[in-house]
Amino acid sequence: MFFDPSVVDTAGFILRQLASGALLTLEITLLAQVVVVVMSFIIALMRLSPWRGLRWIATVYVEILRGISALVLLFYLFFILPLFGIRLSPMTTGVIGLGLTFSAYGSEIVRSALTNVNRGQRDALRALDFDPVTAFRRIILPQALPFMLPPMGNQLVELLKTTSLVSLISLSDLTFSGAQLITTLGQQTLIWCIVLVCYFIMAWPLTWLVRRYERHVTAWREGSSS
Amino acid sequence: MPDLAHSPPGAPPQILLKQVVKRFGKTQVIDHLDLSIPQGQKVALIGPSGSGKSTVLRLIKGLESYQQGSIEVAGSPVPGLRSGWRWPWSKKPPVVHRVGMVFQQFNLFPHLTVQENITEAPLRVLKLTQEEAEERAYEYLGLVGLVHKAAAYPGQLSGGQQQRVAIARALAMRPQVMLFDEVTSALDPELVGEVLAVIRSIAHAQRTTLLLVTHEMNFAEEIADRVLFMEAGKILADGSAQEILVDPDNERTRRFLNRVERR
Repeated sequence: MFFDPSVVDTAGFILRQLASGALLTLEITLLAQVVVVVMSFIIALMRLSPWRGLRWIATVYVEILRGISALVLLFYLFFILPLFGIRLSPMTTGVIGLGLTFSAYGSEIVRSALTNVNRGQRDALRALDFDPVTAFRRIILPQALPFMLPPMGNQLVELLKTTSLVSLISLSDLTFSGAQLITTLGQQTLIWCIVLVCYFIMAWPLTWLVRRYERHVTAWREGSSS
Repeated sequence: MPDLAHSPPGAPPQILLKQVVKRFGKTQVIDHLDLSIPQGQKVALIGPSGSGKSTVLRLIKGLESYQQGSIEVAGSPVPGLRSGWRWPWSKKPPVVHRVGMVFQQFNLFPHLTVQENITEAPLRVLKLTQEEAEERAYEYLGLVGLVHKAAAYPGQLSGGQQQRVAIARALAMRPQVMLFDEVTSALDPELVGEVLAVIRSIAHAQRTTLLLVTHEMNFAEEIADRVLFMEAGKILADGSAQEILVDPDNERTRRFLNRVERR
């Protein structure tokens, strides 16, 4: 059978392009997830605070960001902000845009997990004169984590897939690399199939990692009768 | 007369409530309540459900807000708490731990072992060393007879055992006042005895002021120096166990006791 060495070259080229795109996709996902976690906690605590002003700001934040399409937010940050003299790099735009969008949902996850820790626990903490920070870190958070991890894990996978939007603000992520390969090589069906598999391969270990961590933080439930 | 032997004459009361009013929305649950308890006194609080007994304990511990009046423990005012999901921004906890409280539902920390449940507050609040805290944990686990369960998680214990751990946890803070809020009401009948036995030994052995809300009339009669009968946010009768439980002259108290005993 005739063997064309250029096939190997082409395959190598495709792999290199997609690998560098995948790397960027992962990078954006992880950085945006940091924004998501930080903002989720800040907003959730604001929504649960006794101060009406803070609660109001947090509610407005959640409602607005939930109501805006992530893509439109990215376009706004990327194309409109510069008109006001604020120029963000595509990377920063992607991380902030996706981070903010997902934190609106994330803060609801965190909030419901925190309120799931029952009132009796807070009574006990007050009865023992814990200060709020210690109580939160040592008692409330460890009990709330098992409630927030599964939905947070789903959200992380969702975020990974949604990062494909950044290809539209000129970042060469996995989707962008795929599109570019098609421009140079054709082979539309083949390339999109590979990209699809690439996303799946990246999402799967994330799910696995979250599950592992979840088992770790719920270890105290093992062997308990209730 | 209530037994005031523990307290020197003229000493300030350990617990002092003056004209306290507490409302939940429009419902007034505590109605201009006055109460003074000297140090070391063992007081039982009885009355129908919804009469405000538990609220009195929660007010003394500072777990509730109140609208009028004043509350003092050992001469220091107890500020009322904001309502709502009061977390994590609430009022600063007191510098000195004075009041311990045990709840109907135990409220142990499910993700910590029995020993950690007890050492956590001494470590983090009183800033004891690990050894000191563990020593205390074993001391009070000994008192409640659960040293062998130190490494277990709360979910692995019976209700009675959990409640004994909760008592040990409260005692490990060496409070001057112990509040027991219907601590046997959530227990199966056969587990009530072991918890009462622990409270009995505390009542006999310690100089701690003790205030307990209970439906166990025999137990109240046995350990209390003084019994208060509450209804509709007011104290309707106040006297020795003999006066209130055995020979009540208050018509409502009598009716309440009849009802309880017929059950």
